[in-house]
Amino acid sequence: MEIIDILLAASFWEAAIRIATPLIFGVLGALVCERAGVLNLGIEGIFTAGAMAGWMAVWLGAGLWGGVLVAALAGGFFGLIHAILTVPLGLSQHVSGIGVTLLATSLSYFTYRTALPDVSSPPRIIPFQPLDIPILSDLPFIGQALFSQTAMTMLALVLVFVTGWVLYRTPLGLAIRAVGDNPSSVEAQGLSVYGLRIGAVVVGSAMMALGGAFLTMSAFDAFFFGMINGRGWVCIALTVFASWRPGKALIGALLFGAFDAFQVRLQTEVGAFFPSQVFLMMPYILSIIALIVVARKADYPKALLVPWFKGQR
Amino acid sequence: MSSAAHSSHKTSPELLLQLAGITKKFGPLIANDAIDLTVHKGEIVALLGENGAGKTTLMNILFGHYVADEGTVTVTNRDGNLEHLEPGAPQAALDAGIGMVHQHFTLAENLSGLDNIVLGTEPIFRLRRDRTAARTKLADLMSGSGLNVDLDQPVHKLTVGEKQRVEILKALYRDARLLVLDEPTAVLTPQEADSLFVILRQLAATGLSVIIIAHKLAEVLAVSHRIAVLRGGKKVGEMQTSDADHRSIAELMVGREVPVSRRTERVPGAPVLRLSDVTIDRGDARRSLHGVNLTACEGEILGIAGVSGNGQAALAQLLAGLDKPDSGTVEIFEAIVTKFDAHQFAQNGIARIPEDRHHDGMVGSMSVAENIAIEDVRSKDYQKFGFLDFAAIRKRAEQAIKDYDVRCPGPDASARLLSGGNIQKLILARVLEKSPKLILANQPSRGLDVGAQSEVHRRLLEARQNGAAVILISEDLDELLTISDQIAVIHAGHVSKAIPTDAIDRSELGLMMAGQTKTDTQQAPTSNTIHPGETP
Repeated sequence: MEIIDILLAASFWEAAIRIATPLIFGVLGALVCERAGVLNLGIEGIFTAGAMAGWMAVWLGAGLWGGVLVAALAGGFFGLIHAILTVPLGLSQHVSGIGVTLLATSLSYFTYRTALPDVSSPPRIIPFQPLDIPILSDLPFIGQALFSQTAMTMLALVLVFVTGWVLYRTPLGLAIRAVGDNPSSVEAQGLSVYGLRIGAVVVGSAMMALGGAFLTMSAFDAFFFGMINGRGWVCIALTVFASWRPGKALIGALLFGAFDAFQVRLQTEVGAFFPSQVFLMMPYILSIIALIVVARKADYPKALLVPWFKGQR
Repeated sequence: MSSAAHSSHKTSPELLLQLAGITKKFGPLIANDAIDLTVHKGEIVALLGENGAGKTTLMNILFGHYVADEGTVTVTNRDGNLEHLEPGAPQAALDAGIGMVHQHFTLAENLSGLDNIVLGTEPIFRLRRDRTAARTKLADLMSGSGLNVDLDQPVHKLTVGEKQRVEILKALYRDARLLVLDEPTAVLTPQEADSLFVILRQLAATGLSVIIIAHKLAEVLAVSHRIAVLRGGKKVGEMQTSDADHRSIAELMVGREVPVSRRTERVPGAPVLRLSDVTIDRGDARRSLHGVNLTACEGEILGIAGVSGNGQAALAQLLAGLDKPDSGTVEIFEAIVTKFDAHQFAQNGIARIPEDRHHDGMVGSMSVAENIAIEDVRSKDYQKFGFLDFAAIRKRAEQAIKDYDVRCPGPDASARLLSGGNIQKLILARVLEKSPKLILANQPSRGLDVGAQSEVHRRLLEARQNGAAVILISEDLDELLTISDQIAVIHAGHVSKAIPTDAIDRSELGLMMAGQTKTDTQQAPTSNTIHPGETP
């Protein structure tokens, strides 16, 4: 009954939420872009740029929250490139997105190497520390699992709520959902299709970059090459899993985090029988299965991937 | 009640809109040539014209999508003063109270009707939405106009007629004083069109002005006060509807006499196609058929009437060999079909005129000649030593271009350069030259102008005369009643028994298309010429 023991341990849930945090940022960002009708495959590179920029800002002397802001700005910048290429110019969102991923990744590595030509082991910063909230952090189980996370995890959870509120409770969210379904409906009502789409992609990309920043400023304390390791792509899949809804995005990210935390623990229990790669594969295989089950009925935003030009209907 | 009754509108009405000398050129093409048009308060003006006559261009200028090269748009503003409308600014048109209902609705289908209506009318950066005021205003609008629709349903769950109501409410909610409707009845059943007209007249009575863009005569005679006719970018005529005469307007629109194809008596021959209890269940209504029985005989045109999206696509796919039934049998020449294969069907003498002629009927990037040969590339006629014989293909294409009057630069021209009517002629040339035994014509004249339409009808009747069975899927009752021998109605995947055209009552056909059960199909052959606008 080791499996039950694993699932009941607070440390397991603590790890699951920690692993889920960058994915929450990423899925929310991808979801905002796609709700407006733009697929943002720049996500993997934007994660890298956010991780590098946030960390570098702190290493150069900025405060931790200053670093978070720098990361968001870096993400917004690459989002703006993607938005200009795909929205007013109407280029292929796939091609532009992959281009942005390559550009942002390479620029991040380049900047890192240029700034630190001689270091052999990555320099460390002092990252966000686990919160110690009076009373809450001392609660049994949930105190350790939830309230001893870092401030960035709390930010991610708050962002789920904020994104949901904006999308479903405000006029702006209404316009974003409309522009992703039928841009002409927005234009006919006198709103700017380009403005809404560019805005959504820039803000969504900034949110993605926070996921990267979490890795270098909270989960770890340094920047490594290849540290994003496909997390961006996982977010693109989780967006479909979440049916473009923030609440389900949270569930999807947590599920992935739980799989990942589970496989690490299972490895130590029964690792003798299987090579470790089998365990590493597990969260990905399980998310593919979950995706197949859910995505068959996926209700894509209808104008996703469809460029819109003024005066054309 | 005849259309003349509406001309009782003779008060000296206040001028609302004046277009003066509007000219718009696209390169060498003059889309609008010095057009003048006025609209008064509470007046319904019909803007009639063939495709390409310049109706839509004119309305796009009014709505600020295009900027006119010459001419001015003047609107009486809400204070009663005349002022110029800023060119090229949709927002200015909206502010001036001009609302447009496009032929393709501009609704976000994932949102509710209410959401679509208030979208853009409230300040965008606010923490909450407040709908109480909007609901009150809309409730007033709905009870005042008869535009009833459940505004809390997501738009994708509404019928086409309901979506149109949401579009009209959208304009009224913004206090529109002039409503422009682009081909509003194209997507409606006759009954829905009738109720739209009742609503429009009611709205006009309360002072709303309306411009209806249309190419069907009968319905504008029923609803409008005044008619303006455009042809080739020029305004060629304008009259009070009460003075209008059906025939003269038709000639004014087309610019010449239009030959009307009529079918002649002919005794149908042996059955060519028989569907017995065919069911195709694909989950959604568009692609499903339920227990369909249908027989088409030699020398007969069998019309399938129905509002699009009721299973016509499934029927067309089946008869093209692109889909196979879940249950039931398909017989061709009394032999049960076991292999559903598009190539096999074409080889067996089934000609297909697809619904979406641009997308399914041709390959735009290929030449006219290649498009003519495309169904028969495996035929020996087009091959030499296993390679395509382009000389033979080109020769065949030249003949087809001549016989079918396809207007194009030549057989090597890229097919995408052809107009809709010429693409249809190209498809007719491709399929009819092979003397098919069964012709599946899916909406063959939709979107074509009167000239091309009559050509399509003539060709189908000719094929019938030569002994082919024709299945004509159409939404256009006039077309069906003119050339079909029998008509069956398709609704929600169910196909009614075919009724001889002479025994059909037009309004009943409309009811069946809307899904209401028929009462008695054996009614005496009453008049087929009731205008859709006439109140029952």
